[in-house]
Amino acid sequence: MANLTMIEAIREAMEQEMEKDDRIIILGEDVGKNGGVFRATEGLQAKFGEDRVMDTPLAESAIIGTSIGLSINGFRPVAEIQFLGFIYETMDQIAAQAARIRFRSAGRFTVPMVIRSPYGGGIRTPELHSDSLEALFLHSPGLKVVIPSNPYDAKGLLISAMRDDNPVLFLEPMPLYRAFRMEVPEEPYEVPIGKANVVREGDDVTIVTWGAPVKLVQKVAEESAKKGISVEVIDLRTIQPIDLETIVQSVEKTSRLIIVHEAVKSGGVGGEIAALVSEYALFSLASPILRVTGYDTPYPVPPIEDDWLPNAPRIEKAINKVMSY
Amino acid sequence: MFDENDLKHEFVQLLSEDGIVKNEGIPQLSNETLIELYEWMVKMRLFDEKMLRLQRQGRIGTYAPFSGQEAAQIGSAFALEKDDWIFPSYRELAAMMVHGYPMKQIILYTMGNLKGSQTPKDLNVFPVQIIIAAQTLHAAGCAIASKLKGEKHVTVSYFGDGATSQGDFHEALNIASVNKAPAIFFCSNNHWAISVPLQKQTASKTIAQKAVAYGMKGIQVDGNDILAVYQVMKDAVEQCRNGEGPILIEAVTYRQGPHTTADDPTRYRNDDEVKDWIERRDPLKRFYTFLQKKGLIDEGYESEIKKKFTEDIDRAVAEAEAVAQPTTDEAFDYVYDKPHKLLAEQKREVQRFLAAKEGNGHG
Repeated sequence: MANLTMIEAIREAMEQEMEKDDRIIILGEDVGKNGGVFRATEGLQAKFGEDRVMDTPLAESAIIGTSIGLSINGFRPVAEIQFLGFIYETMDQIAAQAARIRFRSAGRFTVPMVIRSPYGGGIRTPELHSDSLEALFLHSPGLKVVIPSNPYDAKGLLISAMRDDNPVLFLEPMPLYRAFRMEVPEEPYEVPIGKANVVREGDDVTIVTWGAPVKLVQKVAEESAKKGISVEVIDLRTIQPIDLETIVQSVEKTSRLIIVHEAVKSGGVGGEIAALVSEYALFSLASPILRVTGYDTPYPVPPIEDDWLPNAPRIEKAINKVMSY
Repeated sequence: MFDENDLKHEFVQLLSEDGIVKNEGIPQLSNETLIELYEWMVKMRLFDEKMLRLQRQGRIGTYAPFSGQEAAQIGSAFALEKDDWIFPSYRELAAMMVHGYPMKQIILYTMGNLKGSQTPKDLNVFPVQIIIAAQTLHAAGCAIASKLKGEKHVTVSYFGDGATSQGDFHEALNIASVNKAPAIFFCSNNHWAISVPLQKQTASKTIAQKAVAYGMKGIQVDGNDILAVYQVMKDAVEQCRNGEGPILIEAVTYRQGPHTTADDPTRYRNDDEVKDWIERRDPLKRFYTFLQKKGLIDEGYESEIKKKFTEDIDRAVAEAEAVAQPTTDEAFDYVYDKPHKLLAEQKREVQRFLAAKEGNGHG
């Protein structure tokens, strides 16, 4: 076991899979010599050569569109979009092309590609770098959307993504890249896509979250326990497909549900989870389902982002509210 | 400085509009091959006309006719080898069929059957693209893959003049050229992107010259001259196979009918212009004259093949119409390699609904 940061785990996942499968190639802006703006691909071009770690022209739609053509013709590309706010440039190539080719060709053509992108707030980036846009892709059938919250999951989920025969959008929470270290097995392993992780068991309230807020919610849950409120924390890990079974089981036990996400509230994944739980577990609920999320504004400027993002006081308030019903 | 007026401009044309050989560089093709090319043109013209009638009869859905563009499509696709790749737009049905795509499936696609775009396993033809210019990037990637694998296959993306205004077109030329990919970008400049004429689509004199900005070769060819198109394409294919990088080909042609069965071109096009392209510059008439002068075909032959092809097309239509309509539950089978739980549940819901509907129908 090695003690790795998330960025080191991500890098190791790519390196190990590239060693095993020469169909895997990396492409994107600055992924070669520079090793990626966050160094996720550091040293990989030196090791595997320019044909397998390709610096592309500065063109997001081209990165994804070209990856589709590479997939059709035998490769398994891992494309990097430098920051998630830049993914709007690629919406057609992801949502209308990569996600739909299996469907459009009745299974004849498939796109086994991974799109990696750093995302998420709290680290004072310039505008359009921190947006959480996972809901756009939940709404695009044919894609899988995966978000790790720790180094162990990051390695295992990314390996699963690279082995998956569907296009997978792999979103990496920027604040977690170097936030902490964790024991990560040296050999390759898979963490299954589509399976949520119950990171803390509890009896009174279920909180579903993913990405950077997982740590925050765990801390709030510890504080709540001191006050006698037992919070179960679910790290969703996969936005598409959603592991409804784990959520419903938990809600049936706790009878209260809060969803915490960084993305804006309206049309967010939280709304989808709330709707699913009301369809499948309405009569287990003892209180309304609450969401603690970013607000319905564009991602804010650095001085106000701490208050804009879900934070401990807002989550505590939601817990108190569902408990008071 | 660069001045557009300084660009060398060559318009490749081998046969004049009267079907007379203008240029000694005509491809050395056997008489059988020349006749084969002509037969493809006749068959595809008849097919296109049949599809328009089927649409008017409500037997197929919206259809994008290609009459007038046969030389561009057939001449170019004919220059490819079986393993080469085609990424077509929705108007390149003739090119697809020349490359081996079954007519029956093309008809199925227009009928809205999912199986219509399930390319046969041994054929490298991508489903038709609806989003303008999106396929140019897929082609660039596919060509880069061929290069990385050390294969000699060439990838062609087909698109219209409107596509050259899209960002994806420019990104595709750029990334293909940077990577020296064996990609041919084949623009059928048919002068109209629905109702918008070429001069409102681009301010450059030609589309071919856009290649210059990307460090690649561009060539403009008379798209209604099948021999010129064939020759230009053959040279382009050879250049790609030799590892000399991508090429942009502009085939100057004309869409004789509407953009699709959903629009009325008399609202936006001048009758004289249409008449000129149909009566004086039709690609079939030109090639017919050439072959007739060579003594290879005559009117009797023409009516004989028309009869045969009409029967072939009618048979393909009948076969397509005999295929069962898709059912809603089939749509779930191709979203992911294996449907996830919520999707599988939706499929079961549809199946229960369909079973109940069936039950009511018989009751």
